[in-house]
Formats: sequence, structure tokens, C-alpha cells
Amino acid sequence: MTCEEAEVLVHALIDGELDAGHAREVEAHIEGCAHCAALMKEYQEIRQAIAESDVSYKAPLELRRKIEKALPQQQAAPSRRSVLRGFAMGSAVSAMAATGLIAIVLRNDDEQRIENEVVSAHLRSLQAGHLIDVVSTDQHTVKPWFNGKLDVSPPVIDLTAQGFTLIGGRLDYVNAREIGAVVYKRRQHVINLFVAQTANTERKPAKVSTLQGFNIRRWSDRGLNYWAVSDLGADELTEFGDKFESAMRANKEG
Amino acid sequence: MVVKASQDDPEKARRFREAALPYLDDAYTLARYLLRDAADAEDAVQECYLRAYKHFDSYRGPAMKPWLFAILRNVCRAEYARRKTAPTAVEELPEGGDQTPMWNEAPETPEKQMLRRFDGDTVRKLVAALAEPFRETFVLREIQNLSYREIADVAAVPVGTVMSRLARARAMLRSAWLAEQEQAK
Repeated sequence: MTCEEAEVLVHALIDGELDAGHAREVEAHIEGCAHCAALMKEYQEIRQAIAESDVSYKAPLELRRKIEKALPQQQAAPSRRSVLRGFAMGSAVSAMAATGLIAIVLRNDDEQRIENEVVSAHLRSLQAGHLIDVVSTDQHTVKPWFNGKLDVSPPVIDLTAQGFTLIGGRLDYVNAREIGAVVYKRRQHVINLFVAQTANTERKPAKVSTLQGFNIRRWSDRGLNYWAVSDLGADELTEFGDKFESAMRANKEG
Repeated sequence: MVVKASQDDPEKARRFREAALPYLDDAYTLARYLLRDAADAEDAVQECYLRAYKHFDSYRGPAMKPWLFAILRNVCRAEYARRKTAPTAVEELPEGGDQTPMWNEAPETPEKQMLRRFDGDTVRKLVAALAEPFRETFVLREIQNLSYREIADVAAVPVGTVMSRLARARAMLRSAWLAEQEQAK
């Protein structure tokens, strides 16, 4: 074997890529050639030095997040996009909300679909034994009950003095996510107040709509989306929403 | 980057995550050495994972890492092509890359003394200074620990070419190493 051949094959020997026959030939050459033996030793030293030094890079966290974000999320139902993020209860989504990178705009069709689901949830809740998971007229009992069940803590406000009795709270399921429902009553009418986290902290004024004979008052404030659903008349439901919002403001200021 | 609705299969995404995400650091490392720019490397890896996810249905193995690298390498070459046409292009891929490089080869006589050890930054710099396609071959072998066969698949060349490129790469690195050592004296 010539030095020229050995200078190429010595690398394959170092890398353990030579078959036994060729390995023996290269080794035989190296035994008889001080030049090639010294070269091989140097290559091995360099190889060792590289293996022992930190020459790789760590992918930036931001890159990992961008890739994660581009992949469909496990719990999310397919093709529902923006509104899912409105129900930001997953950790990845919360992280995005925290960075304020994403402003969520509810698209009309999504909004419509959610309202449908909210009304269905309201109807389910009226079936016997489905209305309330925690029965209490005490806001200090209902509010802690949600702790640990949801990533968001729905505000629970006693509106008895304003003519709306707090009767309890419930976990419900809307838009493929768990959602908090705070339940009130006026006379014999049930009001479900659904509360979900949203990445958008902008305040959105109330909108009242009617679906399948139920009235829905929807608004957003301080990173939460609210849907109040009831068979109460639009005027009384509006009254409920107004009182709830002013009580919230009073709470924040007090 | 948004994955189309047809790609929106959570089960597929789960399998892809488990198979491909463990190699994110490796992919980023390769991209850093190929492109020698942090921001470009980030873009390339992101694009690589997007393409890999798209083609994940047709992935049959055997190993995920070389499969990802083959995609990443194509993305990086496209980036090189873009740079070539950009006015700021500083480097060109040598045509017929197996020819002897212009600068001097390894000294005939090996040093008598021990080779000096350098810190990680210096070693990175020396490796990054290698010309293509030798740098690519070298990184795949020494930093990514791919076999010759896997390197051949990633770079789409015969194994013999991998061997000669690697021999050249190591000779070049040895020269640079010795020169650095001389300078540091």
C-alpha cells in the first residue's frame, strides 16, 4: 500500500469503517511507515479534542416554540383555529398569551359556532342533576371550587342584592375545552355565565343575540370572554350583565 | 408558518414530535455550520421541520436523524443559492468540490510535539472555516456521528466520495489547527 492510499484509508480505519481485510493492510502500512503513523496519531488527537470540546449548538427556545406552534396541537380539534386560542387553557397557548405575541380576533363564523355550543351547554345544564357541580350561594365557596380545575379562575360575584341569586358553579365543555360556568337564578329562570380565558386583554363591549329562543349576552374584559345565557328576556339579561360588570369594576377598585 | 388543515392530524403530529423533535439541537448545530449564521440557521431548521412534517407520511426509516439532515441540507443549499444572487454573497460553493483546495495542504512532516487543546469557541471557528463540501462531511462525521453510509445518503454522493472528502477535511483542519497553534505561541 502506498502512503497516498493510506492517507485516505487511515480515516476509515479511525472511524471503524474498514472491513477486516483492508484494516489489516492499512495497519501493516502504518507499522512500517513513521510518517503515516505520526499523521494518524495527530488525526486521532484532533478527533479526541473535538469530541471533548463543546462544539455543538443548542437550538434557541424560540425556534422550538415556533416549530411546536406550527404542529397541530394534540387536544385541539382540527381546523378550529383562532377561537381555540380564545379558550386558552393549554400551557402552550398560555405561554403565547403571556408573551402577548398573538392578538386574537374572533371570526364571525367561529363566534357563531361558539354561541351554538354555549346554548347547547345551557340546555344540557337544565337537564335534571346537570346544572350545578358545587351548590352554594356563597361566592367564597364557589370561587375556590374552580381552583385546580381550570387554568383560569372565573370571577364569582354575589348579585343577590341586585336580584340575581348565585346558586353554584359547574365545569362544562365548550369548543372541545373545559370551561367554567357560574350559575345564577332570577325567579325560576336560570342564567349560565360561561367564562373562558382569552389571549386578548382588550375590553369588548357587550353584544346581545338570540339563538333558539335563548338570549346571549357576550362580552370580554381583562383577558376573559363571557357568555351569559338564559331564557330571561333580553332586557333582564342585559340588566344582569350590567350589574355583573359594574360589580367587577367595584371589586377591582375596592 | 402554518400547517394546512389537511395536515391537521393530532395523531400524526404526536408521532412526528416524538420522532423528530429530539433531534432539534442536532439539526440546529448542522445548520449553524452549514450556513454560519444564527438567524439563517433558525429559519432553515424551521423550514426543515415543516417540510419533514409534510412528508412524514412517506417516511419509512431507517433512521430519523439522517432523514432530517437530508431535508435540512436541501433547505440550506437553497439558502446558499439565494445568497449567491444576493449582492452580499460572500461565499460560493466550489464546483467539483473534490478538487484540491487552493491553499496549502497538510505539512509533509507531522509535528513531534503534542497537539494543543483549544477551547470550544476556537474549535468551532476552525471547523466553520473549512470550505464546502468538506465542512459538511466533517460535521456530519465528527459532530453528528453519522456513518459513512448515512453521510453518503444525506449528501447524495457515493461512499467513496465521503471517504475522500473526509480525508481532505481532516487534512485541512489539521493545517488550520497547526497554524492556530503556531499563532498562539
